[in-house]
Amino acid sequence: MTRRMFKISAGFEEVMPPEYRELVEKGPFEKQLGVAELGTFKELLEEHPLCAGCGLALSLRLTLISLPSPEDTVIVGATGCSSLAFPQVAVHNIHSLFGNQNAVATGLKRALSLRFPDRAKDVVVIAGDGATCDIGLESVMHSWFRGEKLTTIMLDNEAYANTGGQESGMSQLGTVLNMAPMGKKFKKVAFPEVAKAAGCVYVAVAAPHQPRRLERSVRRAILIAREIGPTYVQLYTPCPTNYKFKPADTLSVIREQEKAGLFRPDEYLSPEAAAYIQQLEEAKG
Amino acid sequence: MIKTEKQRVVTPEYLFFEAPRTRSYITGSEAANEAVRRGNVDIAIAYPITPQSETMQQVGELYAEGYLRDYYRAEDEVGAFAAMSGASRTGVRCLTASSGPGLMRGLETVASWPGHRLPLVFLIMCRVINAPLSIQPDNLELGYMLLTGNVVLHAENQQDFFDYTLAGFVISEKCEVTLPVAVAVDGFFVTHARGWVEMPSADLKLPARECYSEAVPMIDNENPPIRIARDAPIQKSNFISYQMHAAWQQEIQAALERSRQWITRYLGGLIEVVNPGAETMLIASGSAVSQSREAVRQAEEAGKEVGLIKIKSLRPFPGEELRQACAHAKRIIVPEFNCIGWLNREVRSTLYGWVDAEIADGPRVCGGITMPTEMILEWVFEGKPL
Repeated sequence: MTRRMFKISAGFEEVMPPEYRELVEKGPFEKQLGVAELGTFKELLEEHPLCAGCGLALSLRLTLISLPSPEDTVIVGATGCSSLAFPQVAVHNIHSLFGNQNAVATGLKRALSLRFPDRAKDVVVIAGDGATCDIGLESVMHSWFRGEKLTTIMLDNEAYANTGGQESGMSQLGTVLNMAPMGKKFKKVAFPEVAKAAGCVYVAVAAPHQPRRLERSVRRAILIAREIGPTYVQLYTPCPTNYKFKPADTLSVIREQEKAGLFRPDEYLSPEAAAYIQQLEEAKG
Repeated sequence: MIKTEKQRVVTPEYLFFEAPRTRSYITGSEAANEAVRRGNVDIAIAYPITPQSETMQQVGELYAEGYLRDYYRAEDEVGAFAAMSGASRTGVRCLTASSGPGLMRGLETVASWPGHRLPLVFLIMCRVINAPLSIQPDNLELGYMLLTGNVVLHAENQQDFFDYTLAGFVISEKCEVTLPVAVAVDGFFVTHARGWVEMPSADLKLPARECYSEAVPMIDNENPPIRIARDAPIQKSNFISYQMHAAWQQEIQAALERSRQWITRYLGGLIEVVNPGAETMLIASGSAVSQSREAVRQAEEAGKEVGLIKIKSLRPFPGEELRQACAHAKRIIVPEFNCIGWLNREVRSTLYGWVDAEIADGPRVCGGITMPTEMILEWVFEGKPL
């Protein structure tokens, strides 16, 4: 897609919604913008309906800002809190069902490759921890086994938040949540390790308390997936509503969890991915 | 040059009606495969299951030969059908297939395709779905398919399976339809048995999918970045959302209705009638039609005229056609290959209040049992319980 495709036809400027006009005039398309430019351009997420202090909403916002080519990106989502925000995201996105997102993304990516063999069209899966680690595990794992050139981003709020705060595979051991009335009986799934074993060539763990790090993780994941193979980013996105902390404390909760060793930012690059990133950085000078 | 590029693109009308055809004695699986060869299919994805595998592994051979542009064995039916959801949204011609338990495993996705307005062809090689495990033919699964919003065609024999599959791509991608087309056939009785099939040359193929002529925009990021590209924001709990969902569902039904004209054009109507003046009418779909044809012939030898209505399209259902064809009937018999009698229910609800005929509650076989013509004739001559 080029900017020419979505410019407003002459005579229609007045009738188009103001947020669309802003997108055309000040949107991030074809501009290579990022976290450093935050506040100077029209963002892709418009007035999301998620809870105050939602770590997921903040992470989604930062993720969208970090897309290397929003004009040539398609996002595949899944049922969950994030699906409430996606209708207000100005990038082509799909909500199919709960848990089939990586299979949908596989078909999508392959079809895009057939129709646009000479263009880089990024396919990014953005889904919650339940959609990725529990109900969608099979489709996630098999997309990695097959080496599909997709980026999978987990918005990990350690619960089924949209259905009222039930335990997920990513909840911490012992946490009392709905459907875990006596505390969770098994450990948080080591999903980054699973991703490496399943064939992901880039794996990163980040959180919105470090926006630049989050941006780097998302950007690297998408660029590497474009050329080399499947990539995975796990974003810790605490949920004030279901974990019962003040909305203003989201970032401090992340820091506390980090201090307690329950969250650890991380990055893994396969040798091929590392060489590719080095090549990109050298070309950038 | 890959093989599909050597094929000549012709109009659907030429391919279906005008191109010279030659006869081959092939299985139903091979007939479907030959339809795919001429279908200009971009991508086929499936998961193995008996009796579907016979076709989809042959489609894999077509891919290896260059007739398709992409193909893979999915992780399961949920994965296969979901991948269809992604690929069809992006504008390529799509094919998948399954049987009985596989269809049931992926049914959530199958039922979501119409709402997402996804043109594709879904081949169903029917088999038993209920426990205990069996791979035998039985078309109970079609009772579930009737509720999904898919166009559902039911092929009688190998020739139908070839013709309906090929026509399915064209009907599915019509702007006013933009829905998945399921082409069902009774497993083994058709898929693994040989029959004569007349086919146009393999050097011909359908035109490619014209995705920008369909009812909804493609998800390829070649359109303006509208916030709601395809999937309505219906999760919100307010009256706008309820209204939007209601309108969306009604539109699927309307699109099904609009498919009638294309089914009529390419399949010669939603029904076929044999002996239209007979007082006893058999109504059947799938391979039960073939058994019924033989029953009609044997009844004629015994001096009794029996009529037959072959239902080609289960969705949309040929309600008005049935009412007209049965207006004079005194007895209606519905032979079926399933224990529930979903076609019988359809017939009863369609004809209730419109005809005076007695509608018999059978005959039915299930679990892989064949239906001897003697069984149908017993219901014709001995007036089995209504």
